[in-house]
Amino acid sequence: MKAEAIGKAPGFGAPLGGWARRELPGAVRDTLAIADIELRKLRRDPIELFTRAVQPALWLLVFGQVFGRIRAIPTGGIDYLTFLVPGILAQSVLFIAIFYGINVIWEKDLGIVQKLLVSPAPRTALVLGKALSAGIRGLAQGIIIYVLASLMRIRLNFAPWHVLGVVFFIILGSALFSTFSLAVACIVRTRERFMGIGQVLTMPLFFASNAIYPLASMPGWVRDLAIVNPLSYQVDALRFLMVQGGQSVFGLAQDCWVLVVVLAAFVLLTGWLYPNVAA
Amino acid sequence: MSAPAQPSGSAEVGDTGAHEMEHGTTKLAVETEALTRRFATVTAVDHLNLAVPASSIFGLLGPNGAGKTTTIKMLITMLPPSAGVARVAGYDVQRQPVEVRRAIGYVSQMLSADGALTGYENLLLFARIYAIPRRERRDRVFDALEFMGLSEAAHLLVKNYSGGMIRRLEIAQSMMHRPAVLFLDEPTIGLDPVARRAVWAHLRELLSRFGTTILMTTHDMEEAEEMCEYVAIMHRGRAVATGSPEALRASVGPQASLDDVFVHFVGGLIDEGGSYRESARIRRTARRLG
Repeated sequence: MKAEAIGKAPGFGAPLGGWARRELPGAVRDTLAIADIELRKLRRDPIELFTRAVQPALWLLVFGQVFGRIRAIPTGGIDYLTFLVPGILAQSVLFIAIFYGINVIWEKDLGIVQKLLVSPAPRTALVLGKALSAGIRGLAQGIIIYVLASLMRIRLNFAPWHVLGVVFFIILGSALFSTFSLAVACIVRTRERFMGIGQVLTMPLFFASNAIYPLASMPGWVRDLAIVNPLSYQVDALRFLMVQGGQSVFGLAQDCWVLVVVLAAFVLLTGWLYPNVAA
Repeated sequence: MSAPAQPSGSAEVGDTGAHEMEHGTTKLAVETEALTRRFATVTAVDHLNLAVPASSIFGLLGPNGAGKTTTIKMLITMLPPSAGVARVAGYDVQRQPVEVRRAIGYVSQMLSADGALTGYENLLLFARIYAIPRRERRDRVFDALEFMGLSEAAHLLVKNYSGGMIRRLEIAQSMMHRPAVLFLDEPTIGLDPVARRAVWAHLRELLSRFGTTILMTTHDMEEAEEMCEYVAIMHRGRAVATGSPEALRASVGPQASLDDVFVHFVGGLIDEGGSYRESARIRRTARRLG
C-alpha cells in the first residue's frame, strides 16, 4: 500500500512526467521568469529611476559646459558637449549597474536566493535573468539623457535604426556591469563590504575609459587600460549611434562582440560563484 | 498502512537500518550513510545514518548546533558532504544534484517569500522555474493558493501577510512541482499557536494527497509528537536515538514524555559541553567557510 502511494506520487522516480514538457528551452524560460519578476518589482516602485537623473544632469550642465568652453579636449569636429552625452549615458548606466549586486545580498539575507538555488534552474539562468532586468532598468537612464540633451539643445541622431542600437547597447552594457557586480557580491557577501568595493570600482572604470575624453588624447598607459575596459566599447558604440555624424574608433561590430563575449564570460563566472552567496 | 520495516525502534543509532530497508519492501525517500561535514576544526555532522521511509513525516530533533540545518543543507545539495553518502528520492546528492533538486521542495527557517511580490507572483515564479507548462500554470497556482487558504490574499503584496500566511505560501511554493520529498527547517518557529496548527494541518493534508515525504527539523517536542511518525534525535552531529516517538518514550520509561526522551539522550551532554557556545562557533565557522 505504501509502495502504491509512492508510485502515484508525481515526482518520485520520474520527477518530470508529461506535464513537464517544456515549451521554451528551460534556461531561456528560467531567465525570462527571473527578469519578469524583477521588472514587476521595478514597476511597483519606479521612483528610484528618476532620482538617478541628478548626477548625469550635473555632469552635462557643469562639467560639460565648462570643458566645452575651454576647448581643452580635442573631439574631432564635434563640440565637446555633444561628444560628452554618450559618455555620460554610459557612466550613469555603469554607476547603477555596479551597485546592482547589493540586491542579491539582500535576497540572500531574506532566504530568497537559497530557494532559487535549490530549484533545478541553471545558475547561469538565474544570473542572466537578473542581468536582463538590470539592462532594461538602464533604459530609464537613456530616456533621462535624451530628455536632458533635448533641453540643452544638443542635437542627437534620432534615426530609428540608431535609437534601436542605443537601446541594444544600453541593455548590453548594463547587463555586463550588473553581472560583474553580482560576481563581486558573491565573493564579498555582506552589504558593508560590498558598498566599499563598489565605490572603489566605479571611478577607475569611469576615468580609464573614453567616456569624457577620446582615446587619442590619453597617455599610453591610460589608453592601454581603456582598451581593456569594456566601458570604452559601450561608449564607442553609443557615440557612433547617438551623435550626428559620430565616429566609431573600434567599429560597431567589434564593440558588439567584445561586450557580448565579456558578458558571457561574466555570466558563466557568476553562475559558478552564485551558490557561494548563500553559503 | 503496512508498518514499514521500522527504522530501529530501539533507541540506538540506526546503523543497521539502511541496507536492510533498501532491499525490503519499503522504499526510502532519504538515506544517508556515514554522512559527515567538517568545518575547519569542528565536525558539524559526524557519520550520520538516516533512513527516512517514503510517505512518512520524519523529524530531526536536537538542540541548537546539533547539526540539523547542516544535514538539511547537504540533503538539498547546498553543501557538499566532507564524507559519506546521501541519497534523496533515490538520487545521490553529489553525483546527481539536478535530479535531486527536481525531486525536492525546501522551506527554509527564514520567512523567505518575496515581500515585494504578490502571493500569486511568488507562486508563478516557481511554477515557471519548475517547468509547469504555461496552460497549467494559472490553475496550478490558484489551486495551491486555495489549498493553503490564501485565495483572498492572492493579489496582495506578501509584505502585508502575517507570519503564518507567509509560511503557508512558502509551503505552497515548495509544492508547486509536487516533489517527492519536502524539507522543512523549523517550519513553525515564531508562529502563534493557531498559525502553527494550521501549518500542521496543511502538511498532513499534503502527505495524504500526494504521498509527499516530509523531513523536518525542530526542537519543539510538541511539534515532533504531533507530526512525526519517526524522529531522530541529533546531538553533536550524530543521531543518538532514532525511532517512533512512542518507541523512544517506551525505551526511557513507562511515563516518559518526548521531553524526557530528549533530556535523556541530550540533556546530560549539554551540561558538560556548553552547547550554545559550540553552536554559535559552528555557525560562524560555517558561514565563513561556506
